[in-house]
Amino acid sequence: MSLIDAPVRTVHSTRTDVPVGAPPPASMRLVDHFERGLDAPICLTWELTYACNLSCVHCLSSSGRRDPRELSTDECKAVIDELERMQVFYVNIGGGEPTVRSDFWELLDYATAHHVGVKFSTNGIKITPGVAAKLAANDYVDVQISLDGATAEVNDVVRGPRSYETALRALQNLSDAGMKNFKISVVCTRQNIPQLDEFKAIADRYGAQLRLTRLRPSGRGADVWDELHPTQAQQRELYDWLVAHGEDVLTGDSFFHLSAYGQALPGLNLCGAGRVVCLIDPIGDVYACPFAIHEEFLAGNVRGGGGFQEVWRESELFTRLREPQSGGACTSCQFFDTCKGGCMAAKFFTGLPLDGPDPECVQGYGEELLNDRAASVKAGKLEVPRHSGDHSHRTSPPRERSNLGPVRLTLSRRQDLQAPPVSACAEDPLAGFTANSTDGIATKESGADRHHQGGFRSDLA
Amino acid sequence: MSHIDPDAAWSLHPQVSVRPEPFGALLYHFGTRKLSFLKDRTLLTVVEGLADAATARAACRAAGVADEHLPTYLRALGTLAESEMLVERAA
Repeated sequence: MSLIDAPVRTVHSTRTDVPVGAPPPASMRLVDHFERGLDAPICLTWELTYACNLSCVHCLSSSGRRDPRELSTDECKAVIDELERMQVFYVNIGGGEPTVRSDFWELLDYATAHHVGVKFSTNGIKITPGVAAKLAANDYVDVQISLDGATAEVNDVVRGPRSYETALRALQNLSDAGMKNFKISVVCTRQNIPQLDEFKAIADRYGAQLRLTRLRPSGRGADVWDELHPTQAQQRELYDWLVAHGEDVLTGDSFFHLSAYGQALPGLNLCGAGRVVCLIDPIGDVYACPFAIHEEFLAGNVRGGGGFQEVWRESELFTRLREPQSGGACTSCQFFDTCKGGCMAAKFFTGLPLDGPDPECVQGYGEELLNDRAASVKAGKLEVPRHSGDHSHRTSPPRERSNLGPVRLTLSRRQDLQAPPVSACAEDPLAGFTANSTDGIATKESGADRHHQGGFRSDLA
Repeated sequence: MSHIDPDAAWSLHPQVSVRPEPFGALLYHFGTRKLSFLKDRTLLTVVEGLADAATARAACRAAGVADEHLPTYLRALGTLAESEMLVERAA
């Protein structure tokens, strides 16, 4: 997908001949230009942190724990300076939950002050009435609240307990602050596709715009893809719904594989990976696409000498992605021109060849391959690639505890210690020393000893 | 497709950012968040010259647009005005 939500207009002068003094009209289709790559991305995704308060089962970046190598505030600002020089119109900031970074609001203000628009995705945890008012006052900021069920029942199974409540509170706060046209971002699943009209009603209620995107088998999404990805019948239902709603509903250009049903959906309808979009991850690694966090799609790092610009313009990977791609097994399909073989990341993380059909190919070719793949994996002949760098919380999804009952423990004092352990340098030089006196300075009472140490330690602190 | 008044003064919307490209240019409107592609360098020259030209017609002439092609360029400007990329300004 191209990740581009913006409604697209192509404006040209429809001339049949060339006016004097003007260059000849471009004969290439726009999409051909894009497939060869641009000098700078139109927009890009920037995951600011892998830290997240939630543990969504389908998280595309396997987020949870912060990576200690995360870009510092100054490094982030240097990236923004570069994006401004390259005239990248806007960045899609995500994570993790980007707002848990303590410098998030500072970076947001820095970017918009430097003519880099920001659209950020959040689960809504930090969208208080005060924050909502600030956001509503900034024309260069757009907010996307993630919601994967139109009801708490459907949403919370995927996104975690009370995440529905958090999201709806954020929507209310944004709406109350007078924010217009913020987005409700929905990853379409087998469970929520029956709720499309309800999602639209929620969006309308808050004056928001609905954005539907495709579930990818990326990150933890690979673990649940088999249960969550839409059925063939649901794909058709989704396509018809999208056609009926036109440009009212955004898709980030993520359903171009559905164009093989007939009419192309609004958008560029191409895979923009490394051509018009890319991903910068929290530690500065640049990947072709946010759904492809794997070393095969790693182009470089912004910390390298040439910064982001050199990675974008000169990396071997991106150069390769901008060359004409082979359609492989799909070339002979009459719909190849519209669906272009679908999503690279979806193929890669389901173990399908990159030059063949998408696993969710509407003609059903992907399904056949998936069945073969399942047999090969079972026979140990094939290993499906895994996401690089798992940042999931170590306790999530929560371990099964239901049959254990309460954990029984008895609190007691260790018999061999007279006082709580302290670090070597905070150790009282008199610890353990018992004077044979009765003047009250030191006694055999361990309580007095502890009291003394407590005072000593608080001085240090 | 709408037309613009060729004898009025026009300019880019203040919230529109223009990025020249080999095929023409990319235009992004931060208010409407719409993206437009200009598939033609001459059209880009026209658009960039609008702010300094007395009229849309004058901007086309200054960019080297011949009279017989004027209607097509004005129509293209009309499309941009329709999506609020261009705004009329006081002459």
